[in-house]
Amino acid sequence: MTATSVGSAGPAPSRSAKSVHGRSLGWLAVPALVFFVAFGVIPLIGVLFLSFTTWDGIGEVVPSGLTSWKSVLSDPGLPHAMWVTFQVAALSWLFQTPMSILLGVFLAGAQKYRAFLAVLYFIPLLLSSAAIAITFKALLDPNFGIGTGLGLPFMSQDWLGEPKLALGVVVFVVSWQFIPFHSLIYQGAVRQIPTSMYEAAQIDGAGRMRQFFSITLPQLKNTIITSSTLMVVGSLTFFDLIYVLTAGGPADATRVLALDMYKRGFQANLMGPASAIGVILVLVGLLLALLFRRLGGGDQTASQLEGA
Amino acid sequence: MTDTSQKTTRIRSTNWVGGTLSWFWLFIVLLPIYWIVITSIKSQSEYFVTNPFVPSSQPTLDAYRLVIDSGFIRYFFNSVIVTVGAVIPAVLVSFMAAFAIIRSRPHWFLKSANSILLMGLAIPLQATIIPVYLIIIRLHLYDTLLALILPSIAFAIPLSVLVLSNFIRDVPNELFESMRLDGCSEWQTLWRLALPLTRPALVTVTIYNALLIWNGFLLPLVLTQSPNLRVLPLALWTFQGQYGINVPAILAAVLLTALPILALYVVGRRQLLSGLTAGFTK
Repeated sequence: MTATSVGSAGPAPSRSAKSVHGRSLGWLAVPALVFFVAFGVIPLIGVLFLSFTTWDGIGEVVPSGLTSWKSVLSDPGLPHAMWVTFQVAALSWLFQTPMSILLGVFLAGAQKYRAFLAVLYFIPLLLSSAAIAITFKALLDPNFGIGTGLGLPFMSQDWLGEPKLALGVVVFVVSWQFIPFHSLIYQGAVRQIPTSMYEAAQIDGAGRMRQFFSITLPQLKNTIITSSTLMVVGSLTFFDLIYVLTAGGPADATRVLALDMYKRGFQANLMGPASAIGVILVLVGLLLALLFRRLGGGDQTASQLEGA
Repeated sequence: MTDTSQKTTRIRSTNWVGGTLSWFWLFIVLLPIYWIVITSIKSQSEYFVTNPFVPSSQPTLDAYRLVIDSGFIRYFFNSVIVTVGAVIPAVLVSFMAAFAIIRSRPHWFLKSANSILLMGLAIPLQATIIPVYLIIIRLHLYDTLLALILPSIAFAIPLSVLVLSNFIRDVPNELFESMRLDGCSEWQTLWRLALPLTRPALVTVTIYNALLIWNGFLLPLVLTQSPNLRVLPLALWTFQGQYGINVPAILAAVLLTALPILALYVVGRRQLLSGLTAGFTK
């Protein structure tokens, strides 16, 4: 890396006034802003606007007041989709968080074989949700799938045909896909905990368990909040995985909000009501992000801003 | 991410819980992958009669042949075009914006630009797919690869700006000052100083965005229609719809679509993993 042209002048004149040059570089931010406004900000306003219109996805967009909202809010499908979304978010959080913490702590160890484990471990991160969903759909086949392979009859169920089981499968596959990611975050965070804390604890005679609960967990607090935010807010947008795996079925048992929006919009051609669901998704997402930020007791983004 | 050397003293007794769990979860992770590999080289008839976890006695590449004959080379190039076409501009404009946000004299425009981009981090952008669809139709871009590229660029910008600005902030001010005293313009400083010094971060965000876009499914599903414009995840899904019963072929397709990323993983594991957690870990 070349720090071009060696500075001939001595120390910089004003260290404190960091980036003040009297020059404005605003124009450099224009291209990024144009892209983001066009396909980020305008759609955000647009989704609210479209929720007050009627549109079939092909013809003209016609303003229609509260029609879409009335139809969405009076539809029992909405509370159902919200309930399913909540279940998926809560259950996958409950499963993934302890698993990821334990695995992250383990993988943070210095032993060589753990580094090797980690290589294999993170493979699910690389696969597309579509590929993962398709794989599990075939692997869970009651006749030619995992139950037959392992010789375990109870594994040969109609996993994706029973509403209760299908929801469980969704939670499991979500976890299969994302536990490696969250373990990776925890692995990084555990390595940042000062060794001296553990040395002190050892001198005080604290055992493994005690160290885990009195040092590791409290030190991971911010990471737990970050990871939980990503898990929960992210679970609002599980679209591809569920769409390919179950398409919302059986009998709408896995029809989460994102899927509900897609189906209303692009399959039933009801873009107005679908946009209303989109607005709800945005609001729930923002609300959850704010909630987790408050849990963190401070500016969560600020702590993420340092370093990276 | 720091080195592990400081960690050695910590683990005295064996971590039985973590150890057992890790091996167990490793099994859960690897079993489907092992199954994909061995099933993809079975013949269709063999799939129905052999144990799913026992490798084939007569391995065949028929499944791969079928996949390649079904147009996957074309889909592969579509994916390459979309990924490269979106990631390079996204990283470039994000880098310029990050440089401006960190280096410029305070300005209301940059302040608001920064907060708009930060807001983008908190919002599930997929929820706005319907207006994106409307905009793409109005721009007469529906059913083109450009329709996938433009929103992908936009969606990639917030996190890229965040990560890159963190790195540019760490470049010592003295270096900028000396560039300035040498009479370099900010534009030259951007390319000759900031760019080489933030290279690791640029690699990181490039990889992160490339992975997301390569694996993206919703945008192609909504914004394209023609079979010859399919990108890999969408092709995989339609292929599964067509050849539902031919499991070896479907799994061969799964493996082929993941292969470029797996190859990349072998070559640049460290960058890839740090790319994945960019912005989420300190």
